Amino acid sequence: MKSDLPQGTLDLLILKVLALEPLHGYAIAQRLEQVSGAVVQIGQGTLYPALHRLEYRGWLAADWKTSSTGREAKFYRLTPKGRKALERETASWERLAGAVRLILDLGEGGAR
Amino acid sequence: MRRNDDRAIRKEMQSHLDEHAAGLMAQGVAPAEARRRAALALGAEAVEEACKDVRPGRWTEDLRRDLRHGLRMWRRQPGFTAVVLLTLGLGIGATTLMVTLVNGVLFKPLAFAHPERVVSVQEQTAAPPNATAVAEGWSNIWAVTFPNYEDMVRASRTLELGAWARSDGIVSQPGVASHVNADEVTASLFPVLGVRPIAGRYFLPREDQRGAAPVAIISAALARQRFGSVPAAIGGRLVYEQQAYLVVGVMPPGFDLNGYTTADAADVYLPLGQDPSPNLQNRGRHMLGVAARLRDGATLGQARRELDVVARRLQAAYPQTNAQRSFLVRPWVADVGDASTTLWLLLSAAGLVLLIACANVASLLLVRAQAREPELAMRAALGAGRGRLARQCLAESLLFGLGGGVLGLGLAGAGLRPFLAIWPGTLPRAADATLDWRVLGLAMATALLCGVFFGLAPAWRIRLQSVDAALRRGGRASAAAGARLHSGFVIAEVGLAVVLLASAGLLGSAMLRLNALNLGLNPTNVVAGRVAMPAPVLAVPARARMAWRDLTDRVRALPGVVAAATVDTVPLREGNNPASYWVGSSPPPEAQQPTALINSVGPGYFAVMRIPLLEGRVLDDRDRQGAMPAAVIDETLAQHAFGGRDPVGQQIHLGLGNDPLTIVGVVQHVRYWGPAGDDSNPVRDTVYYAFDQVPDRLVRRWSQLMSLAVRTSGPPGSMLTQIAAAVRGPAGEDAFYEIRTMSQLARGSLDQQRFLLILFAAFAGLALLLAALGIYGVQAFLAARRMAEFGVRVALGAGRGQLLWLVVRQSLGMVLIGVVAGVAVALLASRALRSAVAGIGSVSPATLAAVGLLLLLAAALASLPPARRASRVDPVRTLRQE
Repeated sequence: MKSDLPQGTLDLLILKVLALEPLHGYAIAQRLEQVSGAVVQIGQGTLYPALHRLEYRGWLAADWKTSSTGREAKFYRLTPKGRKALERETASWERLAGAVRLILDLGEGGAR
Repeated sequence: MRRNDDRAIRKEMQSHLDEHAAGLMAQGVAPAEARRRAALALGAEAVEEACKDVRPGRWTEDLRRDLRHGLRMWRRQPGFTAVVLLTLGLGIGATTLMVTLVNGVLFKPLAFAHPERVVSVQEQTAAPPNATAVAEGWSNIWAVTFPNYEDMVRASRTLELGAWARSDGIVSQPGVASHVNADEVTASLFPVLGVRPIAGRYFLPREDQRGAAPVAIISAALARQRFGSVPAAIGGRLVYEQQAYLVVGVMPPGFDLNGYTTADAADVYLPLGQDPSPNLQNRGRHMLGVAARLRDGATLGQARRELDVVARRLQAAYPQTNAQRSFLVRPWVADVGDASTTLWLLLSAAGLVLLIACANVASLLLVRAQAREPELAMRAALGAGRGRLARQCLAESLLFGLGGGVLGLGLAGAGLRPFLAIWPGTLPRAADATLDWRVLGLAMATALLCGVFFGLAPAWRIRLQSVDAALRRGGRASAAAGARLHSGFVIAEVGLAVVLLASAGLLGSAMLRLNALNLGLNPTNVVAGRVAMPAPVLAVPARARMAWRDLTDRVRALPGVVAAATVDTVPLREGNNPASYWVGSSPPPEAQQPTALINSVGPGYFAVMRIPLLEGRVLDDRDRQGAMPAAVIDETLAQHAFGGRDPVGQQIHLGLGNDPLTIVGVVQHVRYWGPAGDDSNPVRDTVYYAFDQVPDRLVRRWSQLMSLAVRTSGPPGSMLTQIAAAVRGPAGEDAFYEIRTMSQLARGSLDQQRFLLILFAAFAGLALLLAALGIYGVQAFLAARRMAEFGVRVALGAGRGQLLWLVVRQSLGMVLIGVVAGVAVALLASRALRSAVAGIGSVSPATLAAVGLLLLLAAALASLPPARRASRVDPVRTLRQE
């Protein structure tokens, strides 16, 4: 079964994917699908507004370049501001995930 | 170039689709199928829209585009646009015009420095002193006496005070003799008000006392008229009441101490302290207007408490004059008389028209929105957001609001001066009625509010619409829900129109009744005017009596003059002279004495006015000084004082301190207060007595009030110059002014009613037209929607007449509901109208029935064209379209 992404997580995933290398929109979509496997579903429709929003926020920059298949495509890359944001968001996500984990473990412990 | 403009977004989508399709093709999918799957996965339209939504400044960009779109729609539907804009423009224009007047006349501060710190001071007693005071509208508020004023000045630490006394007289040099209003002012008054002369200076404190050199400040109008220009007047010599004054200052144009009309403004200002009159030293003579300015840091409350202390001290010190007398301190407001009632009534009427216009435009826009539903549904299906479409609807209606507002402001601006020109008499402070930023702001706010209101209904419908439902109906919009809303608008319009029509009907029937009333005199070919004589002549009673006889004789000698007589108060005109009276052997207590209008007349007065004699004789040359004092009473007094007894030969005592008069005749009642106001006035009894028999001590005062009435053989207009010349006399000293024909006065006494009637009739006509237009629009729309149903009905055997009736019946139903609701409101409105305007009866069932019939007729006519179209439906064609 596939789950929807929690609010705000898509931004984090985009930043993480782009931290490795600049990619165009379709490639980002594919990469996300690959890495997340069959667990989360990312509608292609929600990807582009998110990319544009991050671009307006100054976390991403974009250039038109030729893709590996020889077509012109818009490539997104992380800006220094975006890199800092990625670190911040990652830390906060891990804190949250840790806290959730703790609570869930506590629940199991109580049952035992 | 902007990031992510529409082209860039489209290009990015295309690139995505190409990449996706290429990937699928690499897996062996056929090209066409690959492109189809890629397109399905992305949903490019919605994504493009969503990308535009995250653009910063999206909102303003949309607004700009929506407004442009709206303007394109205007060009595409010029007829529709014109109707909407004109409807709205008329509503907003009429309302704005009235708001301009209300704002300028009632709310704008006067042209004083820091007007919010200026207050007026009056005297106040516990209760109205007697019926006379009530009749004069004074109730328990009094002018201030000079000694009281001086005590206030000495005691007050919170107020800087100034005072003035109104008088009038003749300016004889430079130029010809003419009558002017004058105000005697303290030297402190103009500085207190903060109004500087435009040339020259204020009075000096040392000029404001007995025996100082005579100086005058004059109005700008008098300066131009008498000295040629404002600067030329300074240092000039002005002869007023046969005394020469040095002109030391000229006040700004439009300056008006009494806050009245410019017609009442003084032309001459003199130092009050120079007036030798003993009245100034009398604590019982109430003659001063008092203005004051709060000193820095002082509040109105402090000033009131301070003057309360002064008043209590004076009550103790002068119980004879000051018992129970306190001081009333109020923020200064201009006295605009009954103009305020008229203005509020007209603003209400204009507001009703605006409401009707709004309901009309809202229903027109709703019709259009419903016609466009398929288009909007299509766009929604293609990915345009609901909110986006609703915003577009709102933007379009806002545009209409804006357009209507601009048009309305234009109409109000252009109509302001012509409207003031048809105002009966002079509107007080008319010069202050201008389109200032407050009015502009209010008008535009109203317009935008209207715009939002119109857009709301269609926009709301879009939000509720389910896209596929609208598409499935294939353009046949949901008629039922729309019909309810439409009917609501029509009912509201009809109801509001009923209110205006009933009010107009009420005023109309009142005018008919008032015009038919017998005034008690014959106004045709009679002219009356005030006469001013030099003060030295009037100072000696015998000389004054002689002068009035000579003057009357000079006028009588003119060819074309049928009769002429002096009279101190002319019926139907401003100014009256009420006094208490009693009949019988012993006087009742003063508080129980009835009040009558007393009128001293020259011989021949009853012939001039043609007041019918009912009994006995009229006053004539027999009633001289020294002869038995005679009086003629009117039938009203005869009824009140004598009941069924014969009054002729009885005695009547007037509260003037003179000998009792013997009643020699009874005449018909003259509607002194005008046809509208006379019935409701508490003082209607009238006593006529001979001016020759007025006691010596009253001759001077009575002479100052004197008028001359002349009956001519033809229309008096052509004879005015000869009459004025005859009045002026061989020495050229007497002035004839405020000249009016009695017909003018009779007409003028109904000016307010007539003016209101004309405007209410115009507003009501507009309301009727708008309501009919609204009914037509809605029926045309609804009938078009029901064509298929009509087709089926015809196919099933319904006759043409039945279809016609089907449509008309629907309108009549709506109108009936509107009329019933409107009548309820109209009854309330008529009560307000009655209390505000004299001479208005209660609204008659006949009037209401006529209004209802009129609206039903209009509704039937308005729904006839759509009904005829419906009745000619071709069943075969409509059924095939199904």
